[in-house]
Amino acid sequence: MRNTFAEHFLQLAKADNRLILITGDLGYGVLDKIATEIPDQFINAGIAEQSMMSMAAGLASQGYRPFVYSIANFPTFRCLEQIRNDVCYMNNPVTIVSVGAGLSYGNLGYTHHAVEDISIMRSLLNIDLYSPGEPIEVQLCISDILELDRPAYLRLGKGGERALSSEQVGKTCENRQIRTGRDGYIAFTGGIGALAIEAHELLAELDICPSVISVPKLTRENIQKLNLQIANSHVLILEEHVLGGGFGSWVLEERENMRLQFLTERMGVDQSNKSILGSQRYLLEQSGLTADSIAAKFRSLLDLSRAKF
Amino acid sequence: MTKKSEDLAKRSRISTLKMVHSAKASHVGSSLSLIDILAVIYSEVADDSDAVLVSKGHAAAGTYAVMANVGKFPLEKLETYGMDGSTLGGHVNHTGNEGVWLSTGSLGHGLPYGIGLAIAQKRRSLGEKTFVIISDGECDEGTTWESALFAQQFNLNNLVLIIDRNRIQSLAGTEETLRLEPLLDKWKAFNWDACVVDGHNHLELEKSMQASYSPKVVIANTVKGKGVSFMEDSVAWHYKSPSDEELTEALNEIKGSKE
Repeated sequence: MRNTFAEHFLQLAKADNRLILITGDLGYGVLDKIATEIPDQFINAGIAEQSMMSMAAGLASQGYRPFVYSIANFPTFRCLEQIRNDVCYMNNPVTIVSVGAGLSYGNLGYTHHAVEDISIMRSLLNIDLYSPGEPIEVQLCISDILELDRPAYLRLGKGGERALSSEQVGKTCENRQIRTGRDGYIAFTGGIGALAIEAHELLAELDICPSVISVPKLTRENIQKLNLQIANSHVLILEEHVLGGGFGSWVLEERENMRLQFLTERMGVDQSNKSILGSQRYLLEQSGLTADSIAAKFRSLLDLSRAKF
Repeated sequence: MTKKSEDLAKRSRISTLKMVHSAKASHVGSSLSLIDILAVIYSEVADDSDAVLVSKGHAAAGTYAVMANVGKFPLEKLETYGMDGSTLGGHVNHTGNEGVWLSTGSLGHGLPYGIGLAIAQKRRSLGEKTFVIISDGECDEGTTWESALFAQQFNLNNLVLIIDRNRIQSLAGTEETLRLEPLLDKWKAFNWDACVVDGHNHLELEKSMQASYSPKVVIANTVKGKGVSFMEDSVAWHYKSPSDEELTEALNEIKGSKE
């Protein structure tokens, strides 16, 4: 997804000089073309994330559209107050591009994991959260960001994510139903979608066919729309994020606010094994996030739902 | 040519004292040390299109007092300072307040934000400038020194930083907290055009704040609580608000001063 971002950004920026890529000294091999082809729209701010974020806010206040690019923890936790005050409170249209969502940088260790970012970002003022699950969604999210004139948080995986949906699925970053079924729902946000699809395939072998919905733009409105669709059915919610304050937690809050009824199960990152190192897939496994366990969890949810209703 | 700014500073000190008295607010010392700097910027140095950022947001009373007295908003609005529902509170706030470029209150935000403004101004090539005022205690913040690197790297010769060097921070003196000296040498070592002036001498301030060949820093030696002898150079007046009697005494002293 980061390569899709870099390529798409370059094309858009060539036609719009308000777009500026600011990096916190990261992006080797990813941002090279941007740096060489549009040098006036590229700033390497060095290893100074806090000042980088405030500087981006200052630029955005003057009509520019800065995209601040860095890895997972750096453009988020490291400079949270700059995001809160200078970007969000001042309502400056900075786009934070966080590469390495969830456990993407598994082997680099706990310091480089971003599994609390949705929870933190969604409590801030004025900012829209984007969490694409496949390359096409990256493009849809960027289009939406540029159409709006607001702070944005774009949560990207590292790379190599495969396409999940066919071309027929919607052309906006509203909720995207990437599989249509009859046995309830699996809803996800971000790169965990690949496992959702694998689980969907395992379930199909058992003649169980849930709809699979990707939510690439996390807003209250989109979550309410999701809940209306799920109402009176059941949903398994997947995210590469801690359960507290994440996507699934948001769905539950809105379910209560809307006085809707549906059964839920949530699967996310378990931090009790936080000192273990390994690949993204290995670490997801440690949290019980495998296609097999997702399929099993959905089957038990389906049984529960059938017993209840 | 400083008569105008000196008169503005005097009126702003009177406003500030009345504001903090009526709101029972703190930070009067920080406001009084800043007022001459801001008065010179607003009345002698900055054009309307220039950006002025008060990064030491706790000096809000003094900042608003100068802004109102120079005509940025009505003087009557100052009477709402610190009241319920007012847009004028204990830290500089942009919402509802025309002319405020950045809400501040957490130190170390104004300079890097100002760098973003200065980059945008240079790209426009209209000769606009950015003025940022920080406190000397704010030099404890890492972003101050990150920004010191940024400004020289990006050749921001349209950026003027003024350090309100009153030598007192929240709990104690700056040198006994985290030693800043040699402060001038530090800025010179970061490739800034750096100078030291008397931060209450309007002529010196005005001369020092002209844009330069590189980012410019003016270390303005000031006295916390300047103008009211019993508030001067005192940690306590970072927090205290004047009583009725203290207000009268303070106003008499300001009104009796020759500036």
